[in-house]
Amino acid sequence: MIEHLLINNEEAAAIILFGIGFTMLLFQRNLIKKLIGMNIMDSGVFLFLASMGYIEGRKAPIIVDGVQETAAYINPVPAGLVLTGIVVSVSVTAVMLSLAVRLYKRYHTLDLDVIYVLSKHQMEDR
Amino acid sequence: MSFVTNFPLFTIVLSLFSGVLCYLLKGKAARKYTFIYEIVLIVMVGAVLVYTYREGGSFTYVMGEFPAPWGNEIRAGVLESVMALLFLVVMRCSLSAGYRFVETDIDESKTSLYYSLINLMTAALMAIIWTNDLFTGYVFVEILTLTSCGILIVRELGRTTLAAVRYMILNLLGSGLFLLGVVLLYNLTGNLLMVPMQQVIAELAEDPAVMPVLTMAVGILTIGLSIKSGLFPFHYWMPDTYGWATPASASILSSLVSKAYIFLLFKIYYRVIGIQVFVRMPIRDILLVLGICGIVAGSVNAIRANNINRMVAFSSAAQIGYIYMGIGLGGIIGYSAALFHIMAHALTKSQLFLTTPRLAEVSGDSLKFKELQGSALRDRDAGVFFTLAALSMIGIPIFAGFASKLQFGLAAAENASMVKLVMVMLALAVSSMLNALYFIRTVIRIYAEDPRKDVRAHHRSGYNVPMLVLTAGNLFLGLFSWVAVNLLQTGLGMFS
Repeated sequence: MIEHLLINNEEAAAIILFGIGFTMLLFQRNLIKKLIGMNIMDSGVFLFLASMGYIEGRKAPIIVDGVQETAAYINPVPAGLVLTGIVVSVSVTAVMLSLAVRLYKRYHTLDLDVIYVLSKHQMEDR
Repeated sequence: MSFVTNFPLFTIVLSLFSGVLCYLLKGKAARKYTFIYEIVLIVMVGAVLVYTYREGGSFTYVMGEFPAPWGNEIRAGVLESVMALLFLVVMRCSLSAGYRFVETDIDESKTSLYYSLINLMTAALMAIIWTNDLFTGYVFVEILTLTSCGILIVRELGRTTLAAVRYMILNLLGSGLFLLGVVLLYNLTGNLLMVPMQQVIAELAEDPAVMPVLTMAVGILTIGLSIKSGLFPFHYWMPDTYGWATPASASILSSLVSKAYIFLLFKIYYRVIGIQVFVRMPIRDILLVLGICGIVAGSVNAIRANNINRMVAFSSAAQIGYIYMGIGLGGIIGYSAALFHIMAHALTKSQLFLTTPRLAEVSGDSLKFKELQGSALRDRDAGVFFTLAALSMIGIPIFAGFASKLQFGLAAAENASMVKLVMVMLALAVSSMLNALYFIRTVIRIYAEDPRKDVRAHHRSGYNVPMLVLTAGNLFLGLFSWVAVNLLQTGLGMFS
């Protein structure tokens, strides 16, 4: 069991990171910490993808010296997926941060439990 | 190849383009453009439906002519077309019945942004329905999440922002798990297009050492998408989210967005995993149990709610439970029952969410039951439409709700074990009773003696026609359920 984890240390680290991020996103009460957790979670997935696309001794699939066989190159798709994932993650983070700003302006705290209690007392409650 | 085969791609690309265009237009022009544009989309998707039904098969549209393990594909069959048509019709009806509320709820300078988001959301919905590539599915799931957050927070109240944050946090958990599941499946199969993935998975499933890993990957995907669609025990965000959004958004979020995630999950089971492999996994039974828990929990919470929007939102949680119960039952009847319920619920729930704000409007802007007394007498149109939708939710014959409950019963009798049959029948009986309890209570309340006879509803143009369309769809599904079921089962035949 342990040897398997050591051989696939990148994947193991990726899953651990995912777990840390996931629990942070779920259990932290502070919104900013939640967002940090979300970014850690996404980084875990990106590490997993990046390590999948990396094979030691092989090159990026750009033919320069006439070598045509596939064994010389790595699969470029995972790297493309990482890039797409990063773009998605950045935009989601931006939206969430803007929401955090809006909440902070209104309630002067980022603790979601406190905000929830505060919002219950508002006159908006129809 | 007929020209019609381009239409699925057009629905996605033109919607993305319209999103940008609406941002540039002024609010009123953006609204008019969106209304006309949605009709064009409905015509295009209708043409695709007729074409695929006549041809008796599906077609794959290869973008950029890169053949199968590379490139990106769109696939259209009867099932996809039916779903796309339903989504577009419900969206168009929600928008035109709810645009007066959009005008009052949203700052005028932001109206064009609202329609911009609606168009982007249409693009995401269409892409999720048509795509044949799992990673494209992920990207558009994220776009759908962001746009649904957008149409929620355009109404700038403290409560909507808080609701949006809670909604986003759960959705992000779901997206993270979904992405991990996609990556794990990619790791196992080396493909992202659905057809080659299914071929590889069919071989892998023969290996007893790989099956647990495969089950785990599918399990992670399932948890991710079920969080996003609000399956029990992840349903508690629904009342805040739906209760505080502007009515058109609430209707779209509850009847389309959560259904799109379920449709994607369905697509993954059918087209990526392959239904023969999927039935060997224990996930089905878990979904059945969680679905039944959701039905009961949603109904009980709905009874306890003190506010009509919360009640309707919790009843959504129960209806999502029904859909997962259908997937859990399995067999072609079970799956078509689940899809039928997606249609029935989309039509009914949007109608409910579009009538409650009008009832509130004539009750001093309050959604509390106490204030709503007699509101149907003050606003007769909204009262009638609310009552019709409520009857469908309870499951009165001639309405869609009855037909879908019948389908679930048939599916359970057809291919479930004795234990499952008893569970499903009990759930159907209990939930019909609870539904009747809280909906009839509400209908009696809104038709009770009117304490404020002086208040009368303003006449609002453009409200009755979309509501009539929704009611007609509801009645059609109820009276001619065999047409819809036949169509869905034909679609399922072409799906795998």
